[in-house]
This record gives sequence, C-alpha cells and structure tokens, in this order.
Amino acid sequence: MKTEHQRAPPGHDDLAAQPCRLRYAGQARFDEEDDEDRLSGLIRDGYPRSFDSNMHPIPANAPVIEFRDVAYVLPNGQPLLRDLNLQVQRGETLVLLGRSGSGKTTTLKLVNRLLNPSGGQVWVNGAPNEETDVICLRRSIGYVIQDVGLFPHFTVERNIGLVPRIEGWPTDRIQLRVQELLQIVGLGREIASRYPYQLSGGQRQRVGVARALAADPSILLMDEPFGALDALTRDQLQREFLLLQERLDKTVVFVTHDLREALRLGSRIALMEAGQLVTVLPPQDFLRSTDPLAAAYVQAFGEGLNSVATRGSE
Amino acid sequence: MNVFHFFLQHHEEILELTLEHLWLVGISTLLAVLIGIPLGILSAHWPVWNKPVLGTANIIQTIPSLALFGFLLPVPWIGARADRLAILALTLYALLPVIRNTYTGIRGVDPSVVEAGRGMGLTGRQLLFQVELPLAVSVILSGVRVAVVVSVGLATIAAAIGAGGLGEFIFRGLAMVNNQLILAGAIPAAVLALTADFGLGWLERRLQPR
Repeated sequence: MKTEHQRAPPGHDDLAAQPCRLRYAGQARFDEEDDEDRLSGLIRDGYPRSFDSNMHPIPANAPVIEFRDVAYVLPNGQPLLRDLNLQVQRGETLVLLGRSGSGKTTTLKLVNRLLNPSGGQVWVNGAPNEETDVICLRRSIGYVIQDVGLFPHFTVERNIGLVPRIEGWPTDRIQLRVQELLQIVGLGREIASRYPYQLSGGQRQRVGVARALAADPSILLMDEPFGALDALTRDQLQREFLLLQERLDKTVVFVTHDLREALRLGSRIALMEAGQLVTVLPPQDFLRSTDPLAAAYVQAFGEGLNSVATRGSE
Repeated sequence: MNVFHFFLQHHEEILELTLEHLWLVGISTLLAVLIGIPLGILSAHWPVWNKPVLGTANIIQTIPSLALFGFLLPVPWIGARADRLAILALTLYALLPVIRNTYTGIRGVDPSVVEAGRGMGLTGRQLLFQVELPLAVSVILSGVRVAVVVSVGLATIAAAIGAGGLGEFIFRGLAMVNNQLILAGAIPAAVLALTADFGLGWLERRLQPR
C-alpha cells in the first residue's frame, strides 16, 4: 500500500516512466487489430474501469464512490460538510445540487483529494482514499471545472495529451487519442494546433472535457462545467453530454446550482444545503418531492420542468 | 571631438574595464538568479516564508551601497579580495527584484490552471516546471532585467573599494576634475545598461505566454 510519502520518488517525473500504469484501452491487443477496430474498441471498451488504481479487480456491484460519515472543517474551525453519507453507482450521473456555499464543490474535491476529509472516509473504486496514491488517484479521475483551466502555454493537443504523456504513452498513441477525443467532443482536427486563447468559450470547455477523458478514466468529476457559457452553447453542450454519457458510460459526479441542468443530466439528484445532504432522488421524484427545500427549488425554477426531467422512476 | 579622441586613445583600457564591469555584473546576476528564484518559489508556495524572505531582501535593499561595501570588508574570505566583495554586495542588491518577481509571477498564475493541473494528477514538481515557471517566466525575467540595470549602475561604485570596473574612470575623473575621464566610465556603463535592458526586454516579450 502506497502512502503519501512515497508518491514522488526520484524519477517520478521521468516521462518514460509509467508511474500509475494507466493503460490505454487496447494496449494488450494493440497488434491484433486494425486501426478502426481499435478506435471503436477504445470508446466502448471498459477494462480499465474494472480495476482500481492499483490494478486490483473491483467487484461489479460495489459503489464507485462512497462517502462514509464524511465531515470537512476549515482550518479556522468553520464546518463546511457534516455527516455526509452518499454512494455513487457505476455508470450513473449523480448531480450535486445546491446554492453557493452548500458544500457541493467541497464534496467533489474530496473525491480526488484536492481536499482531505476532517472526519469519515471517502472510498473510490473499492479502496479508502487515504490509502491510494494521490497522484495515481487523480490521474484515474477526470476533472472538469467551470473556468476550464486549460494550460495557456500549451496547444490544444498538448493540453489534451498531458496525462497520457506523463503516463509515458508512446507519442503516436497519444496523437491518435487526441484526434479521437477531439472527434468525441465535436471539435475539428484543425483545433489541435491552436492555443487556448484562440478558442471560444464553448470550444474551450469541450477541450476541457476532452482533456479529462484523455486517459480514459472511469470517473468524471464536473464542477459547474457549463456555468460560464451562454444559454445556447450550454444547451448544446448539455445535449452532447447526454449523448456522450450514453456512449462512454462513465460514472459522473456533476455539480450545479441550476435545477434545470440537474433534472436534464442527472440520473439522481443529491440536494445539499448548509453542508448537509438533504435528499437524494431521481429527477421525476425530485419534482414530486414533499421535502420543503426540494419543493422550494422546484417552485423557484417555475413551470415546464416536467419536460426537462428525462430520467426517473416512472 | 575631445571626448572622441580620448576614447580612441584609451580604447584598450576602456575595453578592459568594460569587460571587468561585465564580469562583476554577470557573476552577481547569475548568483542572484540561482539564489533568488528558489527563494521566490519557496515564498510563493509556503506563505510562512513569504515575510521573512521578502522582508530580509527589502532590508538589504535599504542599506546604502557604499556602507554595504564597508560592512563586508571585515568578512574573512570575502573581504580578502575586492572583486569577491563587490560580487557579494551586487548579488545581495539584485536579490530583491528577482525574488519579488518570481513570487509575483508564480502567484499570478491563474488559480484555475493550477487547480486543473493538480486535479489531473501532476506532481508538485511537474506543476512547477511544466506549468508555473513557464507561465511566470516573463515576470521573472523582468525582475532579472531590473536587477541587471541596477547592478550596472551600482558596480561603478565597486571601484571605490578597488574592485575595478568602469567606476575606475569615474572616480579618477572626479579626483582629477576631468570630465572626459568621467564620461569614459559613464558612457560605456550607460550603453551596457541600455543594451541589457533592451536585450532582456526583447527576451521577456518573446517568452510572454499568451
């Protein structure tokens, strides 16, 4: 079992090393198939997701992410999260819904250990987070944020290919993967050589999503990814997200304060308020919920929500 | 015309002292960069170090240069040779702009870029060398530029303790009330400063991330 202390041995930065052994799909069968098969195999193939980041097999029905009595307190003593118990199942899109300061983003950052819990445990892929090598954990989880955070001095291609590169994938393999990802997120090949400042807001977020998907992580964390986009672009990206999710079948945790977005994208909605989980419901049930806060949300967003909520327990 | 003749006549000595001057400035700037950039990184990443490091560099900056040369004279190995002493003093003066700009440059990197990098699983070192430093490089360079320009001027004072450099002409000229001699030191020093300023400014713009 690796500890935090061991995570950056000398040579960890060596580009030729494969510290986390994030395998590209099809690596083992690389020679046996032609290009086309390999490409389509990459998209639906799921075998990295049946292993944890230490390459131990995971039971199929175990929750992918599990919060066990998690609390998070700021160094100054202010509590941000209390008694959080939550399970995220394989392949679902769990939306964390709540107003600013309700603890959504904190919850998200506990998954990839950008924050460490003050109490309780977070389990990811069948292992308690504090026992997993933090660097490998993060490389096996895609992370998309509202401000995108593209590296301004890298081209789109280098941005997307960064994790594969530091994982030591061969160059031709990375190039192939970048082209494939650009296509997946609906961008043209010519974008690859551009710099982030040459892109529109929507294009940037598409690149952000492509970058998060680069090493084919089984988990995707998305923190208000479409929050800064105009309504039309947001609508388009939401629609594409649903198509993408259908195709890639990732386990997604999605943070938003927009009920419409939550109803549209989520398979379950976890409502948060003042650092606590209020309720977890599928979209249709959320609309009918008698919980006062959920009802208040539904009322605040007004009419026409029924048509948005596509998934639920009918 | 007189000055021109003087320059022609003494061109060998002028060249020699200019090279000496360059050496003093070059070595001290190099040392300041080697010490200042790590200190700047240290204070940018660990806020605890911020005040002591920048505070010390600030205080050094306030010591009058002639006094600093005097203070350092009794220091064992350093005081034994004037050029060592001059290099140490110039290094100390050059530290502040280098440290401060490294600090500012790294702190100025868009927080969302750093968060994305950490979230993707870059190690601290990868984040520093592949993201933070490349993005801060033009700010750091502008600190180096300030340090060099200040050093070129300050190094003329090093002649007061016998460290050589273009200050020799200036001090000699002052003693002999000879303007030509003063100009023989001042003009090449000004040209050096301007050239360094222009060259580093050009590099700074070239390396500016978009």
